[in-house]
Amino acid sequence: MSALQTPVRPNETGFVPNARRTPLSHRPAGTIEARPAGFWADLWSVALRSMRALPREPELLIPSLIFPVFFFAVNIGTLQDFAQRGIPGLDYRAFQLPTAIIFAVTGVSRAHAVVTDIQSGYFDRMLMSPVRRLPLVVGMMAADFVQIIILSVPVILLGMLVGVRFETGLLGLLLFLLISGFWGLAFTGFSYAMALKTGSAGMVNTTFMLFLPFVFLTTATLPLEALTGWMATIARFNPMTYLLAGLRSLLYGGWQPALLLQAAGAILLVGVFSIGLALAALRGRVTRG
Amino acid sequence: MELAIEASGLERRFGSFVAVDHVDLAVRRGEIYGFLGPNGAGKSTTTRMLCTLTSLSGGRATVAGYDVARQPGQVRLRIGAALQSAALDIQQSGAELLRQQGRYYGLSQSDIDTRLDELRGLIDIGDALDQRIKTYSGGMKRRVDLAAALIHNPEVLFLDEPTTGLDPASRAKVWEEVQRLNQDLGMTIFLTTQYLEEADALADRVGIIDHGRIIAEGTPAELKRSIGADVVTVRVNNVATAASTIAALPGVDSVEVRGDEILAATADGPGNVSPIAVALAGADIRVRSLTLREPTLDDVFLTLTGEHLDVEGEAA
Repeated sequence: MSALQTPVRPNETGFVPNARRTPLSHRPAGTIEARPAGFWADLWSVALRSMRALPREPELLIPSLIFPVFFFAVNIGTLQDFAQRGIPGLDYRAFQLPTAIIFAVTGVSRAHAVVTDIQSGYFDRMLMSPVRRLPLVVGMMAADFVQIIILSVPVILLGMLVGVRFETGLLGLLLFLLISGFWGLAFTGFSYAMALKTGSAGMVNTTFMLFLPFVFLTTATLPLEALTGWMATIARFNPMTYLLAGLRSLLYGGWQPALLLQAAGAILLVGVFSIGLALAALRGRVTRG
Repeated sequence: MELAIEASGLERRFGSFVAVDHVDLAVRRGEIYGFLGPNGAGKSTTTRMLCTLTSLSGGRATVAGYDVARQPGQVRLRIGAALQSAALDIQQSGAELLRQQGRYYGLSQSDIDTRLDELRGLIDIGDALDQRIKTYSGGMKRRVDLAAALIHNPEVLFLDEPTTGLDPASRAKVWEEVQRLNQDLGMTIFLTTQYLEEADALADRVGIIDHGRIIAEGTPAELKRSIGADVVTVRVNNVATAASTIAALPGVDSVEVRGDEILAATADGPGNVSPIAVALAGADIRVRSLTLREPTLDDVFLTLTGEHLDVEGEAA
C-alpha cells in the first residue's frame, strides 16, 4: 500500500465481529427484495428450466432412441431363433425389450447442460443466488426422469408392436416404466459427477465407457444360465443382471417380489454411489470456487 | 459510517500461487468503488470471494453486514453480480431468463412482473426480450446480464469488467445505468475494471491492485494529484538527450520515456511548458509535438508499479 492516501481501512473503522454488526437496511418499505424460496420451490425452479430445455434440443433425444431400436432389431434378427431353440419356452422378443430399454435410458442426462452452464458462467450465477445447492443437481435429475420416461414409451410401444405383452398387466407396465426411470436416474450421477468435477463435455462423454461393462457384461443378450466361464462370474456381480431380471419378470413369469426387490437393490446400489459422487463433485466445485 | 463491504487480510491461494494477498477493503454504503488493475492482478478473485463463489484462504470479509464465509446465504440474498462474461442460458429467451432469476430469489409472480416492467428501460431491446438469447448481440447480452443481476433489487452490486467488449454506445448506456442505480437507489457498486477512464468516470474511490495487493487507494482526483499536478508530453527524435535535458530543469519532478515520447511530471504544467521548449531548442533537439495534460490513472499506475496498465481496446 503506498503512502499516497489515507484511505478508510478496516482497522481504522473497527472490524467488529459479524454477529454484532448491523446489516444494511436502507431500502424503503415495499421495495421488492429477495427472500429464500424454500427447498421445493428451488427444486421446481431448477427442474422447470431443465424441462423447458427438453423440447428445444430434440437432437439430443433422437440418438437415444435410434440406438436401442437398432440393437433391439439386430439382436432379435440374429439371435432369436438360436436362443429360442437353445432355451425352450423363451420368448426372445420379450427377453430383449428390457435390454432395449436399458440402452435407451442409461446415460441419458442433462450433464452436458451443466458443462455449458459452467463454461458460460450461468452456473456461477445460480451459485450466487440463494438457491440451495442440492436442488441445483436434483432439479436437473427431475427433468432427466421425465426425459427417461419419454424415451422409454416409444421403445415399449415398439416391443408391444412386435408382440411383447406384460403378464403383470397395466400395473406391471407402469412399474416397468418406473424401474426404467429410476435406473436411468441412478446412472445420471456418474455424468453429473464428471461434469461438475471437470466442467468438460469431453470428460462427460467418457462416462459412456462405464455403460459398456454395465450393459454388455451381463444378461443383455442371453440368460444367465446360458453364460459360461468368466462372463457368467462377472454377470453375477453386475447389478445390471438383477435389474434386467426384475424388468423381465414383469413381462413373463408374473409377479415375483424377490426379483423386483433385487432390481430395486441394484438401482439403490448404483444410485447411492453415483449420486454420492455427483454431490461430492458439487461440494468440491462450491468449495474451491 | 456504515460499510457495505468490509474485508480484512483477505487472501486466496491456488497452490503456491497467491492470487489475493492480504487485501483490506472498506467500501461505504452508497459508494461506487472502482477496483482497478491489470489482467491477473487479483480483481476477479477478490470479487468472487466477496460474492461467495470462491472460498477464502485467509482473512475475512462482510458484505451488506454478513460474513461471506459463515453467512453466505444471507450475503447472496443481498448481492447482485454481473461477472466478466455475460452469464446467460442462451437457450432461454431474455424474459424467461429474468423470470427464472426472479424465482431463484423467491420473488412472487407479480413481483417478477413488476421488476420486468421496471427493468425494460435498462434492457432496451424491445420485442427481442421474448426471443432466444442466442440471437442477441454482445451488447444485448450484457444488458440482459445486468438486468438479471438487478432483478431482486440487490443492496450491493458487483460489476466485474461490465463493459469489456462493448461498443461505445453500449458502454455509455451501462455507465449511465450504473450512475443512475447509485444516485437514484443508493446502491453500493463494486466495479472491477481495467479501463482507466471507466474508473475515472464512475468511481467515488478507486483501489489499485497489482500482484494481489492493493497498492493505492483514494478518489481519482487524489490519486492523480499524488503524482504531480500535470504531465507534459514531448515527442522528439533524440529521446535520450531530450530526456536528460528535461530532467535537468528545475520544476520537473520526474521524467519517463515511453517509445519516442517523454512524459515530464511537474507541479506547474503551464509554467513549465515554455522552459521545456526553450531547453530543447537550446540543445538543438527538434520537437515534433509538445502537449500539456492532467495526469491519468495510468500515470498513477506507472508511478506505483513502473508498468503501464496494458489494456487492449481502452475504453472509448
